Amino acid sequence: MILVALLLLPLAGCAGLLAAPDRWARRIGVAATATTFGLSLALLAAYDYHRGGFQLGVDRAWVPAADIRFHLGLDGISLPLVVLTTLLSFLCAVYTLKTLPEPGRPRAFLALVLLLEVGMLGTFLALDLLLFFVFFEVVLAPMYFLIALWGGERRSYAATKFILFTLLGSVLLLLGILVIYAHTATFDMVRLGRRGGADLPRAAQDLAFLGLFLGFAVKTPMWPLHSWLPDAHTEAPTVGSVLLAGVLLKMGTYGLVRIAVTELPAAARDFAPYLGVLAVVGIIYGALCCLVQRDIKRLIAYSSVGHMGFVLLGIATLTPVGVNAALLANVAHGVVTGLLFFLVGALKDRYHSQDIAEIGGGVLAKAPLLGGLLTFAAIASLGLPGLAGFWGEMLAMLGAFRPAQGLHRGLFLTLMVLAGVGTVLTAVYLLVLLRRVTLGVVPERWRERRFGDVTSVELAAWAPLLALTLVLGLYPRLVLGVTDAAVRRLLGGG
Amino acid sequence: MPFAASIDYAAIAPPLLAVGTALGVLVLDLFVPADRRGVALPVSLAGVVAAMVATGALAAGDDRSTFCTAAGGCSYAVDRFSLLFSGLFLLATAVVLLLSEPTVRAQRLPAGEYHFLLLVSLTGMITLAGSRDLLLLVLSLEVVTVPVFVLAGFRRADPRSSEAALKFFLISVLATAVLIFGASLVYGVTGSLQLDQVAAALARPRLRQPVTSAGIALVIVGFAFKVSAVPFHAWAPDTYQGAPLPVAAFLSVASKAAGFAGLLIVLLVGFRGYADVWGPMLAVIAALTMTVGNLVALRQRYVIRLLAWSSVAQAGYMLVPLGVAASAYGRARVLDDAAAATLGYVVFYAAMTLGAFACVVWVAGDRPRNAVADYRGLARRSPLVALALAFFLACLAGLPPGLAGLFAKVVVFSAAVRGEVVWLGVVMAVNTVVALFYYLRLAALLFAPEDRGSAGVPAVEPPDGPASRPVAVAIAVAVVVTVVLSLDPELVLHITPLAGRG
Repeated sequence: MILVALLLLPLAGCAGLLAAPDRWARRIGVAATATTFGLSLALLAAYDYHRGGFQLGVDRAWVPAADIRFHLGLDGISLPLVVLTTLLSFLCAVYTLKTLPEPGRPRAFLALVLLLEVGMLGTFLALDLLLFFVFFEVVLAPMYFLIALWGGERRSYAATKFILFTLLGSVLLLLGILVIYAHTATFDMVRLGRRGGADLPRAAQDLAFLGLFLGFAVKTPMWPLHSWLPDAHTEAPTVGSVLLAGVLLKMGTYGLVRIAVTELPAAARDFAPYLGVLAVVGIIYGALCCLVQRDIKRLIAYSSVGHMGFVLLGIATLTPVGVNAALLANVAHGVVTGLLFFLVGALKDRYHSQDIAEIGGGVLAKAPLLGGLLTFAAIASLGLPGLAGFWGEMLAMLGAFRPAQGLHRGLFLTLMVLAGVGTVLTAVYLLVLLRRVTLGVVPERWRERRFGDVTSVELAAWAPLLALTLVLGLYPRLVLGVTDAAVRRLLGGG
Repeated sequence: MPFAASIDYAAIAPPLLAVGTALGVLVLDLFVPADRRGVALPVSLAGVVAAMVATGALAAGDDRSTFCTAAGGCSYAVDRFSLLFSGLFLLATAVVLLLSEPTVRAQRLPAGEYHFLLLVSLTGMITLAGSRDLLLLVLSLEVVTVPVFVLAGFRRADPRSSEAALKFFLISVLATAVLIFGASLVYGVTGSLQLDQVAAALARPRLRQPVTSAGIALVIVGFAFKVSAVPFHAWAPDTYQGAPLPVAAFLSVASKAAGFAGLLIVLLVGFRGYADVWGPMLAVIAALTMTVGNLVALRQRYVIRLLAWSSVAQAGYMLVPLGVAASAYGRARVLDDAAAATLGYVVFYAAMTLGAFACVVWVAGDRPRNAVADYRGLARRSPLVALALAFFLACLAGLPPGLAGLFAKVVVFSAAVRGEVVWLGVVMAVNTVVALFYYLRLAALLFAPEDRGSAGVPAVEPPDGPASRPVAVAIAVAVVVTVVLSLDPELVLHITPLAGRG
């Protein structure tokens, strides 16, 4: 029941917001997300790490006519993502205490954030394919409105592109689910995972996998289906960007691991080489795009394409090392990129621009703390050992060094080398970014302008992410210890 | 065939209340001064609510039946099936009454007659759901249809309206003729009109003759006209466009649902033993209906025609489960599940389509042209209506947050797959994807920024007067019903299907 409560809390907050006057909105938002976060910490305590498997489940018949169940459960793969979701939502609510873009209206804004949280949590908790699909879709509408109503100048274009791409992905996802259902007559993810695709003929497996794979690839996003992401990120308000990068993208990779690879292992082996190649193209392509960006949010968006490429590469190896790495890189990207978007949002609030040339350097001189934090986050993002970004990407490449049996080793070795080149490019563009934004002298036009350094509310919203960046870098077992058992069970079953 | 027992008036209380209200409103209209004609709406609504209460009371009790013959069969039944449909018809009529208020007022239609005709049609629907007899079925169907001819042609000044009425009239008469011809063949073969006895007679292998199959096929064709299934659909778009909007809503929801009620009754009670004949026939009709409906809907530029074609396409989805009957032959459980899926889809469809029509009526208040382009930027003008319409469109498309539509489609799909008619499931999946395009294009347009000036129409303030209040209530009712069905679809998905003997 604790999982149902986890979904009901933000929903109750959402209802409360609609009923309460505008001036209470921010406090209700913080209260609802804080209690949800608290509850997810309780989950950390309640989860039995030795037993593994799905825990704390709820399983009720919902639509018996089609065998659709309200089935929730938690395992080592979903637990870190659930905590990440509640944490980021809470921090977003805290951040909104002081900062809210035009046109204001905190009530509507926070109601959408809470609805988004319900959808995100539900996606990570659902153990029924159709329920998963429902939650996966619930996310779309609030994110659309966050971009379309509180976004930048080209918000309408970006929001439409976002919804069209993701809807296209959803349709493919639904078709994949229906193919599985047509052959197995069940939506139960636990049972399907246990059977490991044994009920499906090979052709049907491949067809279902293709649908699921493309559906999740749009969300992740995987090259060449990524083109909605830079627009969405550039136009979205800070909170929208943070949740988009921090959680929404993870829904794609999570689905890939939880559904596609688990339930259709044979097809996964067929598709793994393609997935690996596309992942590495994404890494290189993302990095090259970053080198020529003038818009700082767009740059981070492209860097997300690259980072998610590492996640996909880890999954493509189909080894425990690779999949663990993918899950770790998932969480690390959520923390680090979430932080980066917060920081860039803060820059934009002060400079009223996200153009690198317009800001023109000297942030360290103008606002030393902000500049320092930006440097820290960028270095974490480029994968400096000892910070969060390092382990996931490192281990993903290690996984590619020894891919699962049946996969072409030469191909994966090549991919590993190319991914290595990608890490170098990543370092290059992030260092260039730092040189152009944080270092240097303050340009003439900003000299006279006065704006404050990091405020206490901002610091409060960022501190947990800063701490996590450090902790995950120094002690990756925090995540790997949780995921490892679940991953081995998953791959062993196939 | 003398009736063996006296009439059970409790069982027929809902239709009696409906017809009583109809007459009451008509007479009342004669005595009320012209400036107080508005009283018709509350009176009609009160009658409908009273009939709902009677239906609810019947639902609380056991199944009943009346008009029984000495031979043992009964012509009129009150069971879960008929009560669910009665509830649907009553609720739909109540919503249509609310939607009609601005139309009646603005176009100075005679309120008393208008309400009288609607309520008579409602009476026919309720008796239709209870009919277990071919004769009563045909009679009820005519009572449903005849008032709608007049309603469709109610805007006498508008030639389109007359065209709508005439087309609808001609096609309906043809459909009825075909239906009666089929029924007479069945009667000739079996010697009975009473469906239980028809089923019993058809169970005899001696009757397996081409003439029996022909009779059954003709009856089905008759109903196919009523539910506007391809290739018997051509009347629908023109009639919808010409008729007053609320009447179009009534036709596409209540009248279509009545057609499905009749179809389910004859197939599952009377012709159950001939599932191998009508199953494949309906499978092909279903595939054609959804494919043609969706493809043509893609090209529509007027919202009412778009909804008309969408309602054609949706009829295809509703027929899908019945198409499995052939392979389910002899497996009663599969057939009953299929019928329950159709029934569930009809209810879901009614709720979401009525909601969409209610929103269209609202918009028509200030943009009577009803072109798709008029919906651009509705979210700025009336945000709540835009949200509601987007929700209903998502339902019709079958995507979250429109869970009702998603579940309806999945249940139908699952019936097709379990019945091992996989090709139909594939056709349906492809169609669902095609349909997404036009539903979502309209939904996206609602939130697009208004392009000023190019429309050439000065922005009109939304009709906030009292005239639009009933429409707002209607939208709210549809939203509540659809949301409830989304969260708990079980309410209608496991209604015990018709018990047959075959």
